[in-house]
Amino acid sequence: MSNKKVREPLFHVAKRGYVPKYKSWAIRLGSIIAALIVCAVVTMLLTGENPISVYKTMFEGAFGTERKIWKLLQSLAMLLCVSLAITPAFKMRFWNIGGEGQVLIGGLATAACMILLGGKVPNALLIIIMLVASIIAGAVWALIPAVFKARFNTNETLFTLMMNYVAIQIVSYFCMYWENPKGSGKIGVINSNTMDGWLPTIGKYDYLLNIIIVLVITIAMYVYLKYSKHGYEISVVGESENTARYIGINVKKVIMRTLFLSGAICGIAGFLLVGGTDHTISSTTADGRGFTAIMVSWLAKFNPIYMILTSFLLVFLDAGASQISMVFNLNESFSDIITGIILFFIIGSEFFINYELKFRKSKKEVK
Amino acid sequence: MFSLITFLHRAIMQGIPLLFGSTGEIMTEKSGNLNLGIPGVMYIGGMSGVIGAFLYENSLSSPSDAVGFLAVMIPLLCCALGSLLAGLIYCFLTVTLRANQNVTGLALTTFGTGFGNFFGGSLIKLTGADVPSVALTTTSNFFRTTLPGAETTGWFGKLFLSYGFLAYAAVIIAIICSYFLNHTRHGLNLRAVGENPATADAAGINVNRAKYLSTCIGSVIAGFGGLYYVMDYANGVWSNDGFGDRGWLAIALVIFAIWRPNLSILGSIVFGGLYIVYLYVPGALRTQELYKMIPYVVTIVVLILVSVRDKKENQGPASLGLSYFREDR
Repeated sequence: MSNKKVREPLFHVAKRGYVPKYKSWAIRLGSIIAALIVCAVVTMLLTGENPISVYKTMFEGAFGTERKIWKLLQSLAMLLCVSLAITPAFKMRFWNIGGEGQVLIGGLATAACMILLGGKVPNALLIIIMLVASIIAGAVWALIPAVFKARFNTNETLFTLMMNYVAIQIVSYFCMYWENPKGSGKIGVINSNTMDGWLPTIGKYDYLLNIIIVLVITIAMYVYLKYSKHGYEISVVGESENTARYIGINVKKVIMRTLFLSGAICGIAGFLLVGGTDHTISSTTADGRGFTAIMVSWLAKFNPIYMILTSFLLVFLDAGASQISMVFNLNESFSDIITGIILFFIIGSEFFINYELKFRKSKKEVK
Repeated sequence: MFSLITFLHRAIMQGIPLLFGSTGEIMTEKSGNLNLGIPGVMYIGGMSGVIGAFLYENSLSSPSDAVGFLAVMIPLLCCALGSLLAGLIYCFLTVTLRANQNVTGLALTTFGTGFGNFFGGSLIKLTGADVPSVALTTTSNFFRTTLPGAETTGWFGKLFLSYGFLAYAAVIIAIICSYFLNHTRHGLNLRAVGENPATADAAGINVNRAKYLSTCIGSVIAGFGGLYYVMDYANGVWSNDGFGDRGWLAIALVIFAIWRPNLSILGSIVFGGLYIVYLYVPGALRTQELYKMIPYVVTIVVLILVSVRDKKENQGPASLGLSYFREDR
């Protein structure tokens, strides 16, 4: 060879063209397994137990009793609901990380209706008013950043992030305003005697109604994104704003409409949390779901059906890891560490789906 | 009684962790990486320092044996190492593996907060130490040593001399970063990477190296904010979630200071003041809750004003939040 000085690197990165579905899911599954192994090693180092009993404990934490299963399904439904809410915005590349605040404001609107109107209007009417109020509250909260994004191109990531904390403080204010009993700084169970504004329960299952509602929203969102004109416009704006403008889509309108929808569903999540299960509100009602939902939605590639799987994974980890921390007498934040590790692996695995490493071909045949 | 000097003193104490965090985040964002993991990094930094100090203090037979140099250097190095590793995780995922920055950052925050709270709650059990709580008074005393003359020079001493060395370090680091970004060739290169990586690449700048370096250095700086909070502000006592939302406030401060570390010094004092202003409001406890949201509202107003005025020099880096792949155009 004439130019011996040219050195080929050991490998180079190339974008994959078409990736068959089985392959991409195999890579994802592989990354989860790798992550579980790392988590097992970490848990072993901290507890001194063997990994099989660790995972047995996790499994018991998630599915140990009937009550635990229902609780798991309830957390799954609520996380899924918030994830569904932020998905249209994310698909449009509008980074709505204000889900937390939108859920809280929706919940606050629900709680306000329960407190102010409880006993004054018929229960069925009250529930409808609660629902409408929470939808409007959540939607307005999401619409504020959207308007500024559409008009002035204000950075939406930072805007929605700040709106979370404004919402948290407003909720803490009202928690003290309506505190019950006096001096506790908390709103106890609202209308605990009359049960005004409590969503009806199906049979003896407290959580079943929430789960069914979220399931309906999931299917509706799937259809909306995949088969409706709106859904198509969302994906065009997300892929390329210039293309969207060129083919005559009103980008500003799409941004505002989508965020209205996004906030409205967050509001419904708040409504279900306050009216359906908690019957009270505090600044931790959303419980970080607004942030976790982002990862759920992104990991599922914005597909509502896959989101059931990804939110199940996160909820399972959470329930399992808190069981571990209880059994082995560790701090409950253990679940955050486990979740973090698994997320790192899944996030990293996307690279191997989109790109491939091409290794240097061996030069032995060149004599 | 309201005393302006005391108020300013407390505002500065509150502002220092934010200053560290925002200086670190500005360095990171200038390379185009929007690191939403900064709150997590600050937790990791603080906790790593605590672990280092805890192990050191427990290896001593009595607190009076502590050597000042070691008692300061061990937490500092542990903190730097911890936050460096956190920064490396973020860089590896977003730069090398080109993952989405928002998702990676939030995952890092989940992990970091969990890391801090987990070891904060389980450190004693894991090490089998014979102490009731994580209270690092000895180390904290070294961190809280003030400049000479703090007590004797009246209001001047209280306002300017009465802080631990990390507070002065925060201001100096912010000034150095400001100088670096605006007056050096490397700083110019770094800003070019944040504005338009493809152009920077064409000009012969190693984009990935710039991103790695600035994000890791930024993480270490932010980590010191966590360390300052535990060792100086909280007297060496770790309480879970005690650090609160200061990490997010640091990110807010970046916008408030329109991506300039020198403005961030002033901004941190303003934010520190806004953070504690509720303590000075007469009236019911609940109105205090409303005052706590002022820093965030102010940030939103600044964010809107900056985008409405649309002046080039006040904007964040143009390619903020986007991963760069040379062949991807």
